[in-house]
Amino acid sequence: MSTETKTPVRKESRSVGEMLKGLVRQQMFIPVAALLALVLFNLIADPSFFAIKLGTNSAGDPVLTGYLITILDNASELVILAIGMTLVTAASGGQDISVGATIAIAGSVMLRVLCGANASSTMQAPIWVAFLICCVVSMLFGAFNGVLVAYLKIQPMVATLILFTAGRSIAAWINNNQLPIISDPVFSYAGTFIPGCPVPTPIFIAIACVAVIFLVLKFTNLGLYTQAVGINAQSSRLNGINPEKIKFLAYVILGLCVAVAGYIKVSRFSTINYSVVAKDIEMDAILAVALGGNALGGGKFNMAASILGAYVIQFLTTTLFKFNVNSSALPAYKAVVVIILVVMSAPAVKAKLGSLRKKNGSAKPAKEAA
Amino acid sequence: MKKILAIALALVMVLSLGAIAFADDEPIKVGIINNDPNESGYRTANVADFERVFSEENGYEAQTFYSLKNDEQIAAAQQMIQGDIDFLLLSAAATTGWDSVLQDAQTNGIPVILFDRTIDADESLYVASVVSDMAAEGETAVAWLEEQGLDEYNIIHIQGTMGSAAQVGRTGALDEKVAAEDSWNIVTQQTAEWNAETAQQIVQSVIDSGEEFNVIYAENDDMARGAVAALDKANITHGVDGDVIVMGFDCNKWALEEVLAGRWNYDGQCNPFQADTIDGIIKDLMAGNEPAEKTIIMEEVGFDAATITQEDIDTSGIGVGSEEMAEEAEAEEPAEDAEEEPAEEEAAE
Repeated sequence: MSTETKTPVRKESRSVGEMLKGLVRQQMFIPVAALLALVLFNLIADPSFFAIKLGTNSAGDPVLTGYLITILDNASELVILAIGMTLVTAASGGQDISVGATIAIAGSVMLRVLCGANASSTMQAPIWVAFLICCVVSMLFGAFNGVLVAYLKIQPMVATLILFTAGRSIAAWINNNQLPIISDPVFSYAGTFIPGCPVPTPIFIAIACVAVIFLVLKFTNLGLYTQAVGINAQSSRLNGINPEKIKFLAYVILGLCVAVAGYIKVSRFSTINYSVVAKDIEMDAILAVALGGNALGGGKFNMAASILGAYVIQFLTTTLFKFNVNSSALPAYKAVVVIILVVMSAPAVKAKLGSLRKKNGSAKPAKEAA
Repeated sequence: MKKILAIALALVMVLSLGAIAFADDEPIKVGIINNDPNESGYRTANVADFERVFSEENGYEAQTFYSLKNDEQIAAAQQMIQGDIDFLLLSAAATTGWDSVLQDAQTNGIPVILFDRTIDADESLYVASVVSDMAAEGETAVAWLEEQGLDEYNIIHIQGTMGSAAQVGRTGALDEKVAAEDSWNIVTQQTAEWNAETAQQIVQSVIDSGEEFNVIYAENDDMARGAVAALDKANITHGVDGDVIVMGFDCNKWALEEVLAGRWNYDGQCNPFQADTIDGIIKDLMAGNEPAEKTIIMEEVGFDAATITQEDIDTSGIGVGSEEMAEEAEAEEPAEDAEEEPAEEEAAE
């Protein structure tokens, strides 16, 4: 097997437990370091960044506000997408660039079911029905990508380019080019606050999704099979795993993630704008996976690191807003930070860091033993 | 997959061209090149307005082509000129590259009327241009803001996608005023790229920092909506008698309803209804009268919460409001998207 380039950690041949520990430590290193750097920077520049206040909104309900809450709140969609994107990356060795467009589709379906053909502003169907239909449609679109990648063996980025290009038009077509607005406040609960609860709802939804995926990874073989397929599809087939099925499944799971993220997105403002909703979110989702130190060529993955990566990206965005970075210069700042992070996670640099740690590490075990 | 799609699309186009070629009578044949109606609420209203005016009932036969890509538009225009049209109406995706096409039109005796956007070409190549003046929209808004007579203006300025005509025009007027007056300050000036959510984050960031502000100048309605969501969350009053003045642009119906309800203070118009003006120009040209002015700037007003009426919303609002929606529900489906859908379902099995 020629997997050594993909998983440089394997070179260290220690006991399995230690090897896993080292792997987690090394993978988590990049996002944790990035997070610490951002925290430190904000702490020095303005400690009030971390203040959280309990206030009331205009409806008189209690709400928590502060930069940290903003970060946790606005990172929710990205976190949910990062879950699916990590699986897709690991299984198929490529990324789905259509998630932004399919979020537009998911949101559009949601509104179409709720508003009916006449786009009325009162809800025509229960939210859970709309959400179920939205999930089914999103998973179908995910399945479409999955078929192209798993069975037709098209490069993931090329396969998902189709929906990337056509998705927003499909979203507009679903609602006859109209931009429905839902006036019922109940619909906005998922994207804002449930009256009486001061924590934004998207935070809970993100936590729930994270909990579900960790339970799935712990109690099923999904994680193991996905990594096996990503590392070497041929040998996983020899071991009785159907690589096509696993890849296909990854895209369907991402479709489900898209449905949840789409629901949050349309719920935030109770409306949709097909051309800008979730714009460029696919790039942030891929970046989250990369930041988590996951190989973009597939194989081993670390879900926790991806999720942390998603929070780091939102942390960065909010920090840039906070420091009032000139609007036209904002992408440049982000790019600089991205370059640093990506270079840090490059295999060559990682190897260097690894060897440094080894030197320090030789002293550590002695201490631990004592 | 893509090939099949391309062939299907080509078929649809050929069929629609064919359908036009076999029409009867002697209607005025116009070729309309516009941007994709999905681009924005403005564009949807713009396209619908042209479909309303240049209809068979009004004695027109319209050939339409919608794309956001300049080269596709140019190719379509060339085809229309080779074909059988009397007038070419054009809203170009980009300002350059149109000279040779317009020259072709001129040699074929087809008058060209520009609408919505001007292009970089010699004035002699078109008979008229009916456009919006984005800079004037900004000036109208800033003049309105000055009339409010605040002691101090602390403005959160949320910009559209940098470099777009709307952003440049609407930003220019405000920048000039802020530079000229000591009591006008910019608290923050950032682009939300027409995105409500980004706008919300920008305003949220200012609120979290504790900085004072009393004006939100958002360059479109969606971004104003996002800004207001952040204000509501922090229990900051806005609109008439509120602590913060909220300004938007584009006059979507739902936005004008916000103005009417007093939750926003101002919404600046970007008038998409150019078809009637062009209809007049065409009728004049048929009667042998050249238009008096080459450049006709659409009348664009700003709506103030103090003076707006329901009638203003009905006549000037674009898209659908939250109150009345039913009548437009049976809008036709764009052919290209219809092609995509079955292919998807097949593959998904």
